[in-house]
Amino acid sequence: MASRTILKESQIMKIHYVTGIAAIFVVALHIMMRLVVPFEHSLEYDYIIANYKNIVYILILEAILVLISVHGFNGIRIILLELRQSRAWENMVTVVTISAMIGLIAYGTRTIILANGL
Amino acid sequence: MAMSNTSDNKIEQKVTLKVYRENRGQDSGSHYDTFEVPYKKWTTVLDALLYIKSYMDPSVAIRYSCRMASCGSCGMKINGMPKLACYTKISELETSTIECEPLSNFPIIRDLVTDFSRFFDHHKSMEPYIESNDGNEDDTNKGTFSFYQSPEDVDKYLQFSYCIKCGLCYSACPTVGTDVNFPGPQALAQQYRYFADTRDESKKRLDIVDDRHGIWRCHFAGSCSKVCPKGVDPALGIQLLKSYMLGISKNDKVPAKKIEIDSINDSNDSKGSSNTE
Repeated sequence: MASRTILKESQIMKIHYVTGIAAIFVVALHIMMRLVVPFEHSLEYDYIIANYKNIVYILILEAILVLISVHGFNGIRIILLELRQSRAWENMVTVVTISAMIGLIAYGTRTIILANGL
Repeated sequence: MAMSNTSDNKIEQKVTLKVYRENRGQDSGSHYDTFEVPYKKWTTVLDALLYIKSYMDPSVAIRYSCRMASCGSCGMKINGMPKLACYTKISELETSTIECEPLSNFPIIRDLVTDFSRFFDHHKSMEPYIESNDGNEDDTNKGTFSFYQSPEDVDKYLQFSYCIKCGLCYSACPTVGTDVNFPGPQALAQQYRYFADTRDESKKRLDIVDDRHGIWRCHFAGSCSKVCPKGVDPALGIQLLKSYMLGISKNDKVPAKKIEIDSINDSNDSKGSSNTE
């Protein structure tokens, strides 16, 4: 029954649960940092660019990006695995979701770097 | 006697049974046949179906054997819920119409009879037997030794050993409905049953279920535990197994001690003689 994969499903699910729980805390922190100023002010261009210059804020944004991407795309992988069962489908789903996850993290990181002006 | 007959006739009521009909061998499609069956307060759905088969339509296909919820053969959906027909009284359903359908998640062979091949394949894939390095089947058959287990050791797996493989939990499982490679609650609970048994020394039990379509696809709907006619809680077994795989629970299983039968007999003999004295 067990197939040869790089990671065992239990290891993937450990990552899934840890990223899910960690994301709750990091998103909560992100929301709290937004609430220290009036909401409208928090959406102003200058304020956002100023945030991108703040190393702590950047780290939180990067953490949110990675945690949500890993957790979310693995969740999509799980749903798609249950949708159809064949080796070709499963391999395709795994490759597409991992590629999409890496792509999104790369694009988001690029945005953070550009906004920071590094 | 006559009075009791009169009294029985007075309390005899009739119930309408809607029975699902389909024959895999013919492309006639599926339909429901309706039968009006007399029943008394102790009449089970299986009794009613057998009445139909005997006096109304002998072509109705049902599978049954023990009539006492031990063999697990007569599982079917009764008013939409997976139940054992022999264990479900008409009077307790409290409806004037009873709908009998084949179990979900099983291919239909004919009418209420379903194909359990895939279900049993999943069960077999769990290696549902004790693997011990300390002895083999021949040794135990010779009766040369026994394994000691404390009542606490037995409690860890006892309820899961009550499984009669009736397939009701498999039929109720929403994951099995979408993922045919998912072993299902029965097989996974059996994996826990042997994993928790101190006589079992297999090192690959957790690996067997650690698959893309393995234990992690359980969504914990809990419907398996709700429909089990023997009071087994497969969802509990699955969650306990998951907790070991996640490292939340530590596998501190101490292998059962091997005891020579002769020494047990000697000890019993000495107790017997001391009691006599």
